[in-house]
Amino acid sequence: MAKSIEDMRKSRRALASYDYDQAEVEKGYTGKTLYINISDNTIKSKNVTEQMKDIFIGGKGFGLWYLWNGVKPETRWNDPENEIVISSGPIGGITQYPGSGKSLVVTLSPLTNSVMDSNVGGFFGPYLKFSGWDALEIQGKAEKDIVIFIDGDKGKITIEEVDIDPTASHLVSEQLTELLAENEKDKKNISIVSSGSGGENTNIGILNFSFYDLRRKVARMKQAGRGGIGTVFRDKKIAALAVKFSNLSGRSNNPADPSKIAKTGVKITREINKFDDEQFRMRQIGTANLMTPMNDYDLLPVHNFKYGSHPDAAGLSSDTLRDRFTQNMPDGCWVGCALSCCKAVDNFELKTGPFKGEKVLVDGPEYENAAGLGANCGIFDANYVIEANFYCDTYGIDTISTGTIIAFAMECYENGIINKEITGGLELTFGNADAAMELIHQMGQGKGFGKIASQGVRRMKKIFAEEYDADPAFLQDIGMENKGLEYSQYQAKESLAQQGGYAMTNKGPQHDEAWLIFMDMVNNQLPTFEKKAEALHYFPMFRTWFGLQGLCKLPWNDIVPEGNAQTDSPEKIPEHVQNYVDIFNAVTGKKIDQDEMIRQSERVYNFQRIFNLRLGFGTREHDASPYRALGPVTEEEYESRSERYDKQLKEDLGIDPTEMSITDKIKEMRKYREGRYETLMDVVYERRGWTKNGIPKLEKIKELGIDFPEVVDVVKKNL
Amino acid sequence: MKIVGINEKECTMCGACETTCSTFYYKEDDRLKSAIQVEEVEASPGVAIHVCNQCGKCIEVCPVEAITRTKKGIVTINKKTCIGCFNCVGVCPTDTMFWHEELVEPFKCISCARCTKECPTEAIFMEEVS
Repeated sequence: MAKSIEDMRKSRRALASYDYDQAEVEKGYTGKTLYINISDNTIKSKNVTEQMKDIFIGGKGFGLWYLWNGVKPETRWNDPENEIVISSGPIGGITQYPGSGKSLVVTLSPLTNSVMDSNVGGFFGPYLKFSGWDALEIQGKAEKDIVIFIDGDKGKITIEEVDIDPTASHLVSEQLTELLAENEKDKKNISIVSSGSGGENTNIGILNFSFYDLRRKVARMKQAGRGGIGTVFRDKKIAALAVKFSNLSGRSNNPADPSKIAKTGVKITREINKFDDEQFRMRQIGTANLMTPMNDYDLLPVHNFKYGSHPDAAGLSSDTLRDRFTQNMPDGCWVGCALSCCKAVDNFELKTGPFKGEKVLVDGPEYENAAGLGANCGIFDANYVIEANFYCDTYGIDTISTGTIIAFAMECYENGIINKEITGGLELTFGNADAAMELIHQMGQGKGFGKIASQGVRRMKKIFAEEYDADPAFLQDIGMENKGLEYSQYQAKESLAQQGGYAMTNKGPQHDEAWLIFMDMVNNQLPTFEKKAEALHYFPMFRTWFGLQGLCKLPWNDIVPEGNAQTDSPEKIPEHVQNYVDIFNAVTGKKIDQDEMIRQSERVYNFQRIFNLRLGFGTREHDASPYRALGPVTEEEYESRSERYDKQLKEDLGIDPTEMSITDKIKEMRKYREGRYETLMDVVYERRGWTKNGIPKLEKIKELGIDFPEVVDVVKKNL
Repeated sequence: MKIVGINEKECTMCGACETTCSTFYYKEDDRLKSAIQVEEVEASPGVAIHVCNQCGKCIEVCPVEAITRTKKGIVTINKKTCIGCFNCVGVCPTDTMFWHEELVEPFKCISCARCTKECPTEAIFMEEVS
């Protein structure tokens, strides 16, 4: 580590530099992409074509398009031609509507070996755009650790060697912010992207995107968490990316109709102020407001998704976490977000690890962290969750995958599949916070059993079966991954629609495509296969749209306008959907309606599906679900809900369970549930315009206008 | 501190305050660009005068710390720092943080007292509050 910022400054050595005239933002686009190849230090500007804007819109759409053109079918995540593409989107960077500063990151994943995308807050994406670039496309591999600097004030890009220790992400963000800022006030104009030692030592590395908190005077971080993007970043030997842009204003995005944006923004900002305290309390607790209702509805993942609630859940209740978060702070991950949900724990004294004894700011815990690192591992201790959250972030490892991995390891341990000899002395029983914390340190630092756990559930299953004689079928049932990506933290067992929402996806089981549990299970709004399939068409498309625009999904349905319940489709929040259509039109000057909005997503969604296909994935077999997500695997799991399951056997299957053994009951239940999942897949594929094998039909891709010759070729080869 | 005091019973809705404010600060006579706005309402006395009471609730939600309180206690917006997010508009308990569709930044009363001098009926006046 550099001794001081001054030493760091002196150590800077430019390997390449590039001066440019900052393109003006025009209706949400600069029309330029910054391409950097770090193998040969090429830096160049590429034009964003009108066709790109029409078909791929921006954000994840641009990322997918560049990546498609940058890689070959046989490219794998650690090949130099793999890219990391970061792009916000046309709406990204407006300050009037909450949740409008997201960046979308796209790459080939070390976990899934296929296309990954992740949606992240922080200032980087908007500042990148206002510095002149709709997207940043990085290809190649550096020989030594490098930092890429984008100075949007001066119009200068440099690739540099800098004496900075890349292992602790929070320090990288702090130090580079300090290095680039002329004074304290200037720090808000800087955003850093970094990973951490977890990016070097695991397959679940994340990217942290910084945003400077003026009140706390610290560079905070939001995470592009899923699918090991940080692992690719560190494999390319990128220590950090830094952007500086000092002239942010309410008109930086230069929209076509600013007054429409202002009106729509003021409307929802007032709505948030009026209703948030009585609805979801996002401003008080952030997404962790879900902890108590999830436990109450038996939906909280507990003990590797075996159960949905726990008697000790109060230890991580919504109110317990609220009491840990500093209140009444403008906690937006982009300036001006009135939903203000990125809560933080201040002055938290660490009890373990390399920063033991230090008082730090912890970003979170969000719901996924508390549910995954805590409940799913049987640990209901807020202090543990906060500390684990901090270390995952600074090591740069995904809290969601980490939670699911440790929970899986714990179930394997309790079943005697692994033991202390294998874990190097870690007693990985559910609820053992000390062992879990030690495992996180091992993963982050690449030590001990952490080296196995950090490979992800899919590879752990293989290792446990091949080296420790575990039953592969049992591991397949309880290992909560699909496509190689670990499940995020919702209990899908009692919601068929959500089972599809998790596994019939493009990148794997992340709830950002569809979150249908309440609609399906609690409110019973999707009683037929057709209704479930319609929801599994509409919502993944609708939610994809946020990632094309640089938007956050939360202000769509984590605040509900007055009168919503009386609308035709309250689950869609029609007023907010219209807000988004209005904002898109107001930014771009185009005239889309709610149908075209879905078409925009369909183009990109189907393109991503075909991209998976091109890489050897993307067919029906890859949408299979581990049985743990569909129904009870073990006896104790069946018994925990025996009343519900017995009733289901009797009423839905016409089987009298009274005289049946539990083994037979589990067997019958499994046949039924797996059958329903297969039927659902048929109906969903049909609705999406895909073949029975899950491949977009030629007429579908023609109709969507994505029938580029190479896309058609891929589809034809697979039909 | 001194704020604009209100006696709605005396208001004749002549609009002098609004004209004074918008003309001074925005060089045009547009009541929607005035930091004091008078509205006809059903409830007695039939008039509502909206003007900031300097409570400062907006200060804590401003993400860029553009809103501060002066030594005299008046809440002001630094328009160079403001990024026009309107969080302050949404949170204002008296609906007196105003915005206008032509303007990037919101605006509010800074107790300059110009409007009170033009009021023919003393429906508005400067008053000292703690």
